[in-house]
Amino acid sequence: MKKLGISILSLSVAAGIGLGSFVDATSAKAEWQPRKPIEFVIMAGKGGGADRLARFIQSLIEKNKFSPKPFIPINKGGGSGAEALTYLKSKAGDPHVVMATLNSLYTTPLRNPGIGVDIQTFTPITRMAEDTFQLWVNSETNIKTVEDYVAAVKKAGPQAWKMGGTGKGAEDSLVTAMLSKKFGIEMTYIPYKGGGTVAKELIGNQINSTVNNPSEQVGFWDAGRSRPLASFTPKGKLTGKFGQIPTFEELGYGDNMAYYMQRSVIAPADIPVEVQAFYEGVFEKVYKSAEWQKYMQDKGLIPGWLTGVELTRYFVAEREKHRELLKASGEIK
Amino acid sequence: MEILNLLVGGFAVAFEPLNLGLVIFGCTVGLFIGAMPGLGSVNGVAILLPMTFLVPPTSAVIFLAAIYYGAMYGGAISSIMLGIPGASTAVATTFDGRPLALKGHADKALIAAAVASFVGGTISVILFTAFAPPLAEVALAFGPPEGFALMIMAFATFVGLGGDDVAKTLFSICIGLALSAVGLDIISGEPRLIFFDLPGFFHGINFLVLAIGIYGIGEMLWTVEVSKGNVEMSKATVSVARLITALKEISKTWKTMLMGSFLGYFVGILPAAGATPGALMAYGIAKSTAKDPDSFGKGNIAGVVAPESANNAASTGSMLPMLTLGIPGSPTTAILLGGMVIWGLEPGPLLFINHTEFVWGLIASLYAANLFALLINIAFIPAFIMVLKMPFTILAPIIFSLCVVGGYVPTQDMHDVWLMLIFGIVGYLMRKLDYPLAPAVLAIVLGPIAEPAMRQSLIGSHGDVMIFFNRPIAGTIMVIAILLLLMPVFKMIRDRYKSKPGPGQPV
Repeated sequence: MKKLGISILSLSVAAGIGLGSFVDATSAKAEWQPRKPIEFVIMAGKGGGADRLARFIQSLIEKNKFSPKPFIPINKGGGSGAEALTYLKSKAGDPHVVMATLNSLYTTPLRNPGIGVDIQTFTPITRMAEDTFQLWVNSETNIKTVEDYVAAVKKAGPQAWKMGGTGKGAEDSLVTAMLSKKFGIEMTYIPYKGGGTVAKELIGNQINSTVNNPSEQVGFWDAGRSRPLASFTPKGKLTGKFGQIPTFEELGYGDNMAYYMQRSVIAPADIPVEVQAFYEGVFEKVYKSAEWQKYMQDKGLIPGWLTGVELTRYFVAEREKHRELLKASGEIK
Repeated sequence: MEILNLLVGGFAVAFEPLNLGLVIFGCTVGLFIGAMPGLGSVNGVAILLPMTFLVPPTSAVIFLAAIYYGAMYGGAISSIMLGIPGASTAVATTFDGRPLALKGHADKALIAAAVASFVGGTISVILFTAFAPPLAEVALAFGPPEGFALMIMAFATFVGLGGDDVAKTLFSICIGLALSAVGLDIISGEPRLIFFDLPGFFHGINFLVLAIGIYGIGEMLWTVEVSKGNVEMSKATVSVARLITALKEISKTWKTMLMGSFLGYFVGILPAAGATPGALMAYGIAKSTAKDPDSFGKGNIAGVVAPESANNAASTGSMLPMLTLGIPGSPTTAILLGGMVIWGLEPGPLLFINHTEFVWGLIASLYAANLFALLINIAFIPAFIMVLKMPFTILAPIIFSLCVVGGYVPTQDMHDVWLMLIFGIVGYLMRKLDYPLAPAVLAIVLGPIAEPAMRQSLIGSHGDVMIFFNRPIAGTIMVIAILLLLMPVFKMIRDRYKSKPGPGQPV
């Protein structure tokens, strides 16, 4: 039995090396190639939407051998992504690091000027998709519509109604602020380290509502333990089962109740153009794969391939949008 | 009976030639990965994940689980042999494993670790089999207040009992807590305690840096001083006769083993806790309930048995929130989770219904992995003992290099290596001044879990501390914790009462 195990290893190692060198031989014509495993920094804790997504992308790269060297995921979720940002800043010029980002890419440097991060210095690679947000409650409650929800929050009062989310000033808290403003409701916002924990806390009735991403709640929704009330998207953007959830716009609450989470990949500052091209190539293969297309549909993501200067322009526009959101919620002056 | 049928089906899956081969191979690889300081099961599983795309999903998860299990066994080896925790989960094993090895009982310590791991693994697999879905509900009932109460209880087990100087223990805990606060504030994201504006402090102080520093480096400095260059490492031997005596002695610790197994399992199923706090708590409880707490830290076999049974039980336990809630209970299960997503296995309450074969195959293979890890581990003990027979002049540089590598690997930052060396010197000085070091390690592990739990609770209750007492589970744990904390006072009163009739009695 033991022999069998070892022969399986040698086979698999041989297969791995064989495939790797095949890719090298065909695609490498004076192009840049990584010399060692690539660090794939994740700007969030384990188990949340960003983490699962990054690990899924990493698995696709491994499975289909899109890169001659593996991508090794590292979670740096501390301080709403400040840990990851300072880390990436310290890696300027290092071609073996890329980072999966979320909107804390904009908000964290705005809220903590002390960390001295300017996102325009980072090298843009690609935007893979835009993730969406829904308003969720536990399915044990009688809350079935947005009106029920508003009534329930008002009845419970701001002290008793607990909204769970990721770090203070992060996406979930901005969506919560949007919701509070729209309906004139107040809630106690409790920050957790990752969206996965937030989802679990809703099911365990530790909190009353969440604004989770689809991938964080889909398992519980399928099991009938949570209920989405409305989607923070413009109408018609989502397809698949998440497309069946009414949007705030469709429910007649206007078109200003939309918010996205960008799912992009960036690299440190000052890396050569060839390196940037290499990573664009890797992620383009991921983007075009059938698995990724299916994942976007199943997990309520809006497709959004964007690269180069246009991506930087998008980042800057989004940062300014977030500056306004943060000002409105009193997080910054 | 349905569960039994499912389990039998699971065993059929686990004992398919390919899967069984993968279990054995995974255990062996895991054993060595776990034994290498700084590598640990997290890295092992991450490195080998791509390889698993060559086999069917169920086999792949079985393979990764076997590595995970093997690494849990292996972590104890370098803790005992070299005094460097091979993995974070094996830190508590160092406390008594190392002194045992120094006294020439390395074989006994290694066997104790293997047997305890086996018992812990077995009990947890049984618990998993019988109560997985209801226990998932228990995990759901654990909110921030419960989490915080549990952490307080963990601290209490270290302070409350055991004959150490309480003031020095508290001081050591405070040092650990202060170090655990370094980095970025969890709730607001503000930088805290960034000494000299060094960017290396932004990611906080990894507790392995502290543990390897004070145990690996500090221990080596201590040995050099005590022996004055004349080191005789240990009179390590191994024989069948010694094996039997060792097993007899180990079997006397069955109560500790049971305690460690149950405690480890329950701590393991709580999301975010994982095997390291479980092992440390089991050690604390074993020490505080022992008749001879003073012998802990000096080579008590129960001090090896408790954390080893607990960390294996917890590693099975932490599979539970991963499978049923999609929340990884430990860093390693987080990587397993990533694998499951690509295999199309959506973790969540429905996994047990939609992918029955996968779930029960995994559970059965955990059991098989447990058995094989035990056998492989025992088979290698003579080889490990050989290492100890090397002269100290050769062994010391090896230990030193392993420490440096172990300090560097988790964050790949030289900053941490320097920090580790500083901790080594500080640890040595603290030891000279007779300060207990284990509480500092405990605090740096538990601090980052306790702090957000406390703050989330208090945000939810608007600053009302009663939230820790008026919820049934949190309240119960809190009361136990406080009683444990007050134990030294009770003991003092009891001792005084006992000694009262003393002087009056004729001797």
